[in-house]
Amino acid sequence: MSHDTEIQGRSQAEYEFGRRKSAEKMRKQVINFAIMIFLTFIAFATVVADFAPTFIKPIILLLAGIQVVLQLYSFMHMDEKEAPYIGVISTFVWVGAIIAFTFFLAFNTIIWW
Amino acid sequence: MSSVAVTKKKGVGAVIWDYLTTVDHKKLAVLYLFSGLLFFAIAGFEALLMRIQLMFPNSDFISAGTFNELLTMHGTTMLFLAATPLLFAFMNMVVPLQIGARDVAFPFLNSLGFWLFFLGATFLHLSFFMGGAPDAGWTSYASLSLYSPGHGIDFYVLGLQISGAGTLISAINFIVTIITMRAPGMTFMRLPLFTWTTLISSTLILFAFPPLTVGLFLMLVDRMFDANFFDHTMGGNTIIWEHLFWIFGHPEVYILILPAFGLFSEIIPVFARKRLFGYSSMVFATILIGFLGFMVWAHHMFTVGLGATANAIFAIATMAIAVPTGMKVFNWILTIWGGSIKVTVPMIYALGFIPSFVAGGVTGVMQATAPLDYQLHDSYFIVAHFHYVIVGGIVTAIFASFHFYWPLLFNRALNEKLGYLTFWIFFTGFHLTFFVQHFLGLMGMPRRVFTYMEGQGWDLFNFISSIGAIMMAVGVLLMVVNMLLSIKSKPVNCRDYWGDGRSLEWAIQTPIPFYNFKQLPLIRGFDAYWIEKQEGNTEGMTYAEPLGDIHMPNNSILPFIMSLGLFIAAFGALYHPDGVSWSIPVMVIGLGITVLAMIIRSVKDDLGYHLHKEEILAIEEELYGKGGNN
Repeated sequence: MSHDTEIQGRSQAEYEFGRRKSAEKMRKQVINFAIMIFLTFIAFATVVADFAPTFIKPIILLLAGIQVVLQLYSFMHMDEKEAPYIGVISTFVWVGAIIAFTFFLAFNTIIWW
Repeated sequence: MSSVAVTKKKGVGAVIWDYLTTVDHKKLAVLYLFSGLLFFAIAGFEALLMRIQLMFPNSDFISAGTFNELLTMHGTTMLFLAATPLLFAFMNMVVPLQIGARDVAFPFLNSLGFWLFFLGATFLHLSFFMGGAPDAGWTSYASLSLYSPGHGIDFYVLGLQISGAGTLISAINFIVTIITMRAPGMTFMRLPLFTWTTLISSTLILFAFPPLTVGLFLMLVDRMFDANFFDHTMGGNTIIWEHLFWIFGHPEVYILILPAFGLFSEIIPVFARKRLFGYSSMVFATILIGFLGFMVWAHHMFTVGLGATANAIFAIATMAIAVPTGMKVFNWILTIWGGSIKVTVPMIYALGFIPSFVAGGVTGVMQATAPLDYQLHDSYFIVAHFHYVIVGGIVTAIFASFHFYWPLLFNRALNEKLGYLTFWIFFTGFHLTFFVQHFLGLMGMPRRVFTYMEGQGWDLFNFISSIGAIMMAVGVLLMVVNMLLSIKSKPVNCRDYWGDGRSLEWAIQTPIPFYNFKQLPLIRGFDAYWIEKQEGNTEGMTYAEPLGDIHMPNNSILPFIMSLGLFIAAFGALYHPDGVSWSIPVMVIGLGITVLAMIIRSVKDDLGYHLHKEEILAIEEELYGKGGNN
C-alpha cells in the first residue's frame, strides 16, 4: 500500500513465461472466433436448407445463447479467473442477465400472452 | 496545488473556481447537498401552492393548467432532483470515509456526474420561464404526453436524459469505489450498512436507468420526428411507455429508500449504543429488496387490463417484498431494545421514522391486493401511501442525517433545540397532511384534480391537509435557518462528535483534510472505530501503512464544460421541431463543445500529483496544532 514500495523488473524466465501465456491466449481467441463463425454458419444453413420453422426457431435460439456465453467469456475476458474482482464482475453480469430475462419471460408469458 | 493551506482565506472568485473544478468527494457532497436542498425547496413550494389551491372547494387560486404543471414538476423534482442528490450528498461524503478510501474510484467522473445532474435539472426548471413546464405527471404517460402542446414534455425528456446520465455515472462510480477501494481488512461483511445500501442502490441505478433512457429516447423521437412508438392509431402501443417507465420507476423508489434505510441503520446503533442487531440479515434483506424491486413493476398497472394471471403474479411478488422490509424493521426495533438510548435530534427522527414508514408499508400491501387496487387506483389513498413512504422514510432520513453528519460535512453542529422544534413541527405537519388523505381517497377523491365541488364531505379533510402542508413548509424553513445559524457557530474540531460513533468515519478528526487519511487504516472487524475505542486507541485507527507520499487527483474544469455542451445542445434539440433556423447550429456547437472536452480529456494525460510526507505533516499541524492528528 505504501508508495515507498520498491518495484522489481521481470526476470528473463518470467518474461518468457509471459510470452508463452500470451501465445496460448491468442490461440484460444482464434479458436473461439472460428467456433463462433461456424455457429453462425450453422444458423444460416438451417434457414437456407429450409427446415421446418419449429426446428429452426429453437436451434437458432440455442445457438444465440451459446454465442452470448462465448462472447462474454472469450472476448470480454470473463474467463480470466486470476483477474481482480472477477467474481464480483461475473455476479453483476449474470444478475443483469437474469433480470433482463425475467422481463422477457414476463412479457411473453403473462403480459402479452 | 500541493501546498494547499486549508484554513487560508480565499477570494470569492477563487472559491467559485475551486467548486467548479473540484474532484474532491467532500466538496462534491456539499455541492450535491445544496443543489438538492434548492430543488427540494422549489418542489416543496410547488406542493404548497397546490395545497393552498385545494384548501377550499371551488378555489381559483391557480388555474387547472398551472396545477398540472405544478404537480408534474413537484413529483419529477422531488424524486429526480431533490431526494436523489441529497442522498448522493451523503453517499459522497460518508462512503469513502466508511471504507477507508482517500477519494472515490473516479474523481473526475464524480464531478462529471454532478454537473450533468445540475445542468439537466436547471434545464428542466427553465421550462417555467420558456413557455410552460411539463404537465403530464411525473410518470409522463405517453397517451397524455404525446398530445401535450408546447415544449413542456420536451423539457422533461431532455432534462431527465441529461441528469439521468449524471446519475448513472455517479452510480457506476460508487459501485467501483465500494468494490475496489476498501481499506485493508475491510471485507464485504464488515462494510457499514450505509455502504452496503449505497452499493445495492447504485446497482439498482445501473440496471434501472437504461430502460428509462430508452423510454425517454423513444418519446423524444415520437415528439420530434413524428415517429409512432407510442401512437396506437399508427400501430404503436402507448402501454410500452408505461412498462418501460415502471421497469425503471419501481426500482427507482428502492434506489431512494435503501440509502435511507442505510442512514437509519447508522444512526440507530449509535444512539441505542448497541451493535446493529442482525447485521447479516440486514445485508441479505437489502439485496433481496433490490432484487425483488425489479420483479414487481406491473403492480403500478393493475388497472391497465393485463389480465387476472399477470395481476395475481405481480400482486404476490409485491407482497413478498414486505418480508425483507419487515426483517429490517424488526432489526431496528431489536437494536433499540435493551439499548442505553440517548435521545438526540437524529435519534428522534429515527424513532418517528419507524412507525411512519410501517404505516406507509401497510397501505402498500393493501394496494398490492389487485382487486382492492381497482378501488384505490388514482385516488388520494395512493397519494397518502407514497407520501408516507417517501416523507416518512426518505425525508426523515435526510433531515436526521443533516444533524448527524453536519459535524463531518462542515465541522459545525446544528442547533439541538431548534432541531427538536423543527422535528415536531415537520412531523406533526406531515401526519396532518397525509393521514387524512387516506380517508379522502376512500371517500372517492381522485388524485391530480385541481379543484372539487363542495358538499361531498371532502372540505374539512382537505382543509386539515393544507394546514399540515403549511406546517411542513415552516419545518423546512426552520431547518434552513438552523443551517444558516451553524455558519456562525463555533467549529467543533473533534473526533467522534456524538461520542458513541461506531464506524470508521467518526475516527477522523474534523476538519477532515482533503486526503482523508494520512495513512490508510487497517480494519479489524465490523464497527472498526468502536473496536479501536474499546482497546483504548486514542488515534482512532490502526494504520495499515507507514506515512508516505499520497497520490491525489488534479482538479479539472472539463466535467463542467462537457455538461455545459450538452446543456446548450439541448436547447437546439428542443426548438428544432419549431423549424427555427438556429436549432441545428446550436446543437452542433453544443455537442462540439462536449466532444472537444472529451478529446482533451483523452489526449492530455492527467496523472495527478503526489503529496509529500513533509507537506502532509505541515497540513496536519496547521489543522490540528502542534504534533498533528495524534
